[in-house]
Amino acid sequence: MAQNTEIRYLNPPTVEVRKKKYCRFKKAGIKYVDYKDAEFLKRFLNEQGKILPRRLTGTSLKFQRKVAQAVKRARHLALLPYVTDLLK
Amino acid sequence: MIKQYETVFIATPVLSEAQMKEAVKKYTDLIVRKGGEVVYEEDWGLKQLAYPIQKKSTGFYYLIEFKADTQFIERLETEYRRDERIIRFLTFAMDKHAIAYAEKKRANKQENK
Repeated sequence: MAQNTEIRYLNPPTVEVRKKKYCRFKKAGIKYVDYKDAEFLKRFLNEQGKILPRRLTGTSLKFQRKVAQAVKRARHLALLPYVTDLLK
Repeated sequence: MIKQYETVFIATPVLSEAQMKEAVKKYTDLIVRKGGEVVYEEDWGLKQLAYPIQKKSTGFYYLIEFKADTQFIERLETEYRRDERIIRFLTFAMDKHAIAYAEKKRANKQENK
């Protein structure tokens, strides 16, 4: 079997310090994500209006689903665009 | 079984103020006639749509919060589909967190009015 040789880097890989992500809903004690509040939902969208993944926003799974559901309802009601550029 | 619902509908901007009032009255009367109870109403007025719906880029938004029987919702939605003034609607069953949120919002709305 190919014995795995030690991979040597030219320069040591810089491990960037990982900011401890927290779920802003648990912290702030918010229980319900309102689909009518477009301003608040915009913080979870990128420039094209797509929903940001959990690994960037750090929200817990339970609230990520609520946010996704609220964003889709807001899009249905034309409060948020399905796709756009320079949403911010 | 009586549950609390929240419905938002968008009317075409072509409507005059009177027609808009009449459309709203039609739905609130329908709710009350069928044994429901309107808890709260809110008129967002003419708003810009995020994307054109039926070639229109603005619309009259109206929110109605009401308590009604579960069978009633189907009746309400067929009414929406029949009515050609309404270009889009959304009915939402409110759980206890949503109800608490709505109450709190109304409370501080009264405060700063």
